[in-house]
Amino acid sequence: MEEREMRLMKGNEAIAEAAIRAGADAFYGYPITPQTEVMEYLMETDATARTGMAVLQAESEVSAINMVYGGASTGHRVMTSSSSPGISLMAEGISYLAGAELPCLLINVSRGGPGLGTIQPSQADYFQTVKGGGHGDYKLLTLAPSSVQELADFIALGFDLAFKYRNPTMILADGALGQMMEKIYLPAQRPRFTEYPDWATNGTPEGKERRYITSLNLLPQEHELVNIRLQKKYREMEQNEVRYEMIQCDDADYVIVAFGIIARIAQKSIELARAKGHKIGLFRPISLYPFPYDQIRELADNPRIKGLFSVELSAGQMIEDIRLAVEGRKPVGFFGRLGGMVPTPEEIETALYNYFNIK
Amino acid sequence: MAKIRGAVTVDSERCKGCELCVYTCDKQVLGMSTAVNSKGYHYAYMANPEACIGCTNCGIICPDGVISVYRVKVEE
Amino acid sequence: MEVNDIIKPENLVYQKSRLMAEKQFNFCPGCGHGVVVRTIAEVIEEMGIEHDVIGISPVGCSVFLYDFYKFDVVEAAHGRACAVATGIKRVQPDKFVFTYQGDGDLAAIGTGETMHACNRGENIVIVFINNGIYGMTGGQMAPTTLEGMKTTTCPRGRDVKTMGYPLNITPLLAQLDGVCYVTRHSVHTPANVRKLKKALRQAFENQRDKKGTSIVEVVSNCNSGWGLTPKAANDWMVENMFKKYPLGDIKVDGKIVMDMNAPR
Repeated sequence: MEEREMRLMKGNEAIAEAAIRAGADAFYGYPITPQTEVMEYLMETDATARTGMAVLQAESEVSAINMVYGGASTGHRVMTSSSSPGISLMAEGISYLAGAELPCLLINVSRGGPGLGTIQPSQADYFQTVKGGGHGDYKLLTLAPSSVQELADFIALGFDLAFKYRNPTMILADGALGQMMEKIYLPAQRPRFTEYPDWATNGTPEGKERRYITSLNLLPQEHELVNIRLQKKYREMEQNEVRYEMIQCDDADYVIVAFGIIARIAQKSIELARAKGHKIGLFRPISLYPFPYDQIRELADNPRIKGLFSVELSAGQMIEDIRLAVEGRKPVGFFGRLGGMVPTPEEIETALYNYFNIK
Repeated sequence: MAKIRGAVTVDSERCKGCELCVYTCDKQVLGMSTAVNSKGYHYAYMANPEACIGCTNCGIICPDGVISVYRVKVEE
Repeated sequence: MEVNDIIKPENLVYQKSRLMAEKQFNFCPGCGHGVVVRTIAEVIEEMGIEHDVIGISPVGCSVFLYDFYKFDVVEAAHGRACAVATGIKRVQPDKFVFTYQGDGDLAAIGTGETMHACNRGENIVIVFINNGIYGMTGGQMAPTTLEGMKTTTCPRGRDVKTMGYPLNITPLLAQLDGVCYVTRHSVHTPANVRKLKKALRQAFENQRDKKGTSIVEVVSNCNSGWGLTPKAANDWMVENMFKKYPLGDIKVDGKIVMDMNAPR
C-alpha cells in the first residue's frame, strides 16, 4: 500500500483537495453556506497553479451549472458544488446535462429547506436528487458519503462513474459532513485528461466528422429513442452500481436503514441498544440511486428480522423506497428530525423502541 | 473593349421565394417563377440574363444561400 | 456568349460556404438569420479555424445551428449561452468560441449570464440578433420590442408604462471594461452584409488576440412575427428599428466611439 498522506480536514476542504487530486479540469461554483469552503479552498491553494485546472466563481448557480454544461461538452472533468437552494436553481441545467448525456460531478452539501430554510444539515433533498429535481425522465447516479474520508474518495469515483455512463454523478452530502473535521487519508494525485472522447465538442480534428451536443429532438419518434437509450443506461447502473454497507445485521432483530450523517449517529444507537440486549443492525445505502432494493428486500425476507426502521433528516422520503423494497413483508417504521435539527443516538434508539413496542 | 458578363444559378428546390434577391439586383436580372417548387414556393430565376454582371449581390443577400454567381471577362 | 458558357467552375465568384451543412434552414423566407448564419461560416472558413471553433446555439430561432454548420456546435439552455461559452473557453482557452443569441436569449432570460461574461471579459464572440420579437415561439414581445409595436403579447402595441421600455443593451454592455468591441450591423443590403462580415472578422481576430469580449449585434427583420413580407419588413426596420438601434461601431479596441447621448 503506497504511503498515503494523512490529514485532519474539514469536509468541504477535503472535497476541494480531492477534486484537485482526481484530476479535475474545472470547478464552476457560487457561494452558498454550508459549502462555500470548497471554492475558497480551491482559490486559497491556487488549484490553477497546481494542476492548471480552471476555478471560476459564476454570477449565479444557474450560470455555474451551464458553465459545467459547456466544460462537460468538451470531454473535460468538470464539477460544481452547491447546497439545496443552489441545487434547485441548477435543476434545469442538470436535466439538460442528463438529456445531452454529459458526464460531470455535482455535489450537494444539503441544508434545511424548504425556502431559504437554515444552514444546518438536512437530507430532505433526497426526492429532488433521486426522483428527479429537474424535468423529464432522468436519473443521477447518487453517492451518499457518511464520512470526510468518503467525501474525498467519492470525488474520483464520481468522475469515473460519470464518464463510464456519460451522465452526471451527484454526491449527496449535508452541512454536518461539509463542516465537520475528521482524520482522512488523501487520495494520490492523478493526471488531468490529455485525450478526450470522440463525442466531445472541442474542435473537430482535420478529417474527422464534426460533433455536436444537444438535448433537443423535436421528432417524438427520435426523442423516444433517446429516452429509451437513457433508460437502458439507468438499468445498467441499477445492475452494476448499487453500493451499501451492512453493520451487525447478521444477528439483528430490527434493522435501522440510514445514510450519510445519520448512519454515523445510528451506529452509536446500535451500540447503546446492544448494551441493553436489543440486537439492532444498520443497513447503510451508499448509492441512493441506484437504490439497494434487492438487498433491503433480502433483509425483509429474513425470518429473524421483525422490522426495518428508516431514520432521516426529513419528514420521510427514503422510507418510500424502503417500503417499495419491502412490499409489506415486514413493518417499516420511521423517525426523522426536521429544519436542520440533528437527533442524538438516544433519540433514535428510543424512537425505535416506541415504534416496535420494545420495552 | 472588354465587357463583364455574369450569370447565376438558383437552387430552385431550396429557394423560399422571399424575393430579396429580386429587389437587391440593380440590373433587374432576377424575377420570380410562375411555377412553384416542391414546397410550393415560387423561386427566383434569371428573367433577364443578358443584364447580369456577376456582382454577387444576390448571392450575398440570399438568406438561404441558394444562389451561386459566375463572372467572366469577354472581349467584344 | 451563352449563359451556359459563363456558368463554369473557373468563373465561379460566389457560393455559400463549404462549412454550411446540407440541412436546409428552418428560418422563415427572407429572414435575416440566414444571412448572419452564412456570413459567420464564411468568416470561419476564411480564417481557417473550422477545426478549432465551437458555436453555441441557445434556444430561439437559432437553436438548430448545430444542424446547419459543419463544425462543432453545442446547444444551450435558453439564456445560458454565455455561461456555456465560458465553461468551454476556460478549459480550452486556445479554441474559438462564439455564441449566437436572439434578443430574448441575450437581453431577457440571459441578461445575467451575458452581463457577467462581458464583465469577465471572456474571450468569446457574442453574435446578437435583434429583431425585436420572440420568433421561434410565434411572435411575442421581447426586451427590444419598440414602443407601440404590436406582438402577440402586446396586441395593442407595447405600452412602456406597463411593459417596460425597449432595451438598448449593447451600449450598456459596452460600458463594461472586459468588453473590447461592440458594433451594430444589419443584413438588409449587400453593402451592410459586407460590413457585417468585416466586423465578424474583427471580432474573431480580437478573440484570437485575447483582447476580451466582442459583441456583434445585427438588427434584423422578423417577417412572420411582424406580419410583413421580407421587403416590407426590411423597409419597416430601416424606418423604425434603426432609430432606436442605430447602426455603427459602439466600442472599438476598448474605447466607446458612439455618442451615447444622441437622441433616440
